[in-house]
Parts: sequence; structure tokens; C-alpha cells
Amino acid sequence: MNVIDALNRDQLKDGVPQFRTGDTVKVYSKVVEGGKERVQMFEGVVVVRKGGGAGASITVRRVAHGVGVEKTFLVHSPRVERIEVGKRGIVRRSRLYYLSEKIGKAARIREKKAAK
Amino acid sequence: MKNILGRKVGMTSVFTDDGRYVPVTVIEAGPCTVVERRTKEKHGYEAVALGFGSLAKSRVTRALAGHFKKQGAEPARFVREFRTDIDGAQAGQTVTVAEFAPGDRVDVVGVSKGHGFSGGIKRHNFSGGGASHGSMIHRQPASNGDTNAGRTTKGSRRPGHYGVDRTTLQNLEVVRADADRNLLLVRGPVPGPKNALVIVRKSVKAPKAAAEAK
Repeated sequence: MNVIDALNRDQLKDGVPQFRTGDTVKVYSKVVEGGKERVQMFEGVVVVRKGGGAGASITVRRVAHGVGVEKTFLVHSPRVERIEVGKRGIVRRSRLYYLSEKIGKAARIREKKAAK
Repeated sequence: MKNILGRKVGMTSVFTDDGRYVPVTVIEAGPCTVVERRTKEKHGYEAVALGFGSLAKSRVTRALAGHFKKQGAEPARFVREFRTDIDGAQAGQTVTVAEFAPGDRVDVVGVSKGHGFSGGIKRHNFSGGGASHGSMIHRQPASNGDTNAGRTTKGSRRPGHYGVDRTTLQNLEVVRADADRNLLLVRGPVPGPKNALVIVRKSVKAPKAAAEAK
């Protein structure tokens, strides 16, 4: 088998949940603070999914204290401990860049009702 | 001994233990045999010759076969000499990537990709002329210097053959050494096309940099 393909495959994480842009996720990532390592949670809407394979990344947006915050995570990075999927959103495009121009009620995303 | 021969496999990116996602070149290196130990007394200088890659029986001349046999080594396709970091090496000894560890600094030597006869823009990073608005100078080298000199200045940069030069990249970081698969992952690019022979040796500059840091 191709050596580089094998190397890339080794890096993929098992158990990355299925989600799409518009979904609300919680990302638990390890951060080093004052020499100590702890797990930090960041919850928000997935704005973009970029790339495939080991380099795949997601950008998550939330509004914290009235300020929009977007963070980008490498999905398969060892620093990202796990990703939890919350609400499923209904969106009509794959990249929700328009969210950063909308404030308050306009920035809401319709929610997909869980099928019974 | 942090010297080895290998084959450039290609590039990809990997996560390091501290979470960085770094671009690497994958080198399939070794196992190499020490094919000859050259000594000051016998050859006039100290060196270690490493052999890499198998050589078909039909391509081994009698003379070559005799040379390898004398040293107690299998005939190798590539044989290259190393003159640094060779203490304690003996003929017949095997060198693998296990000698390397993440964080080591190495120099990588390769033969750069051939670009054929290339113009000044590709070969010397010239800027080139305007593409439109009546510009009639597109990718030409334009002025070549002083006309009063009556001769061309030595070393002036012109179009010509580009590539296929022995090229050394110094002070590259070893990101990973996979002894099971004989893989050496070096940060950043490495000269040469895929499948080309690559010489990896202990960095000449790194010890100096480390000493200054102290």
C-alpha cells in the first residue's frame, strides 16, 4: 500500500460524529494554561467544514457577551479531545459566512426536529 | 551515527505530539550497510561508505562483487561516503532510522528537479514585463547590464539549464522516525523528485546553534 496514504490514515480519529454546517456542536479541546493542561469547551454553530483527511477543519461560531467569536479546529488534531453534536440545523448553503453580518434574531438557524 | 541514505517518497502533513500540524517529507531510509570504512592510514582520509538498495545479480560485475565481498556486505545499488559523525562505525554494520529521534537536526542532500532550459523568470526569479497595455516585453530578461563595458559581466544571470544540481538543505527537523516501516519524516521540503536518492546526515550547523543557546 502507498506509504503516504497509510500515514494519513493512521492519523484519522475514530469516533468523529457526523455533523453538517448549521449544526450546533460542543468542541472539547485541550489548552495549556500556566503550565497546566485542561480541557476547554467551546459551543457554537458550525459555519464551515474545510478539507478532507487528516487536515480537515471546522469553524465554530458563537456569540459571547455580545461579541461574535469564531474558532477554527482541526477535527483530527490530538488537541481536540471530542466533539459533541447538539441541535441539527436546517441551512441551505454549505458555508454560513452570512451569519457574521446578522445580529440577534436574524442570526438564528431553523432547527431540524428529531424524527420519531 | 546519524547518516543514512533513502528514497524520497513524497510530502504530506502530520500531527506532532504537541499538537502541531506540520508539513513533512517522507523518506524511506535504510536499512543501509556500512560497505567500507575508509581510513587515514590506507586512503588518506576518514570516511564511511554506506550502501542502499538491492542490486540485481546480473548488474554486479566481478570487480564489484569482489569489493563488496571483501567488506562482508551485500552489493548495493547506491554507495555514498560520509565524512562526519562516523565514530565507531565498522564495515558490515547496519544503519537504520532507529538512529534518529524526533527533534534531531539533519542536513538533506538531493539532486534537484530538472527544469530543462529555463528563462530568467523561473531560473532567477526575475519579475518579467507587463502582460498588456502595449508592453512588448513579457518574459524576456530585458536589460543585461552595462553596454560600455564591451563585454558581458561574469556571472550575469541569463536563461539556461536549470535544475539537476546537487542541493543541500541544512538544519531540517526530524519529525518522526518509524523504525518498523523504515520511514524518516523530515519537516518541510527536500530537494529532488519523488523516488530519488536522498542523503541524510547529521546537521553541520545544529550543534553550533545549540551551543550558542546555552
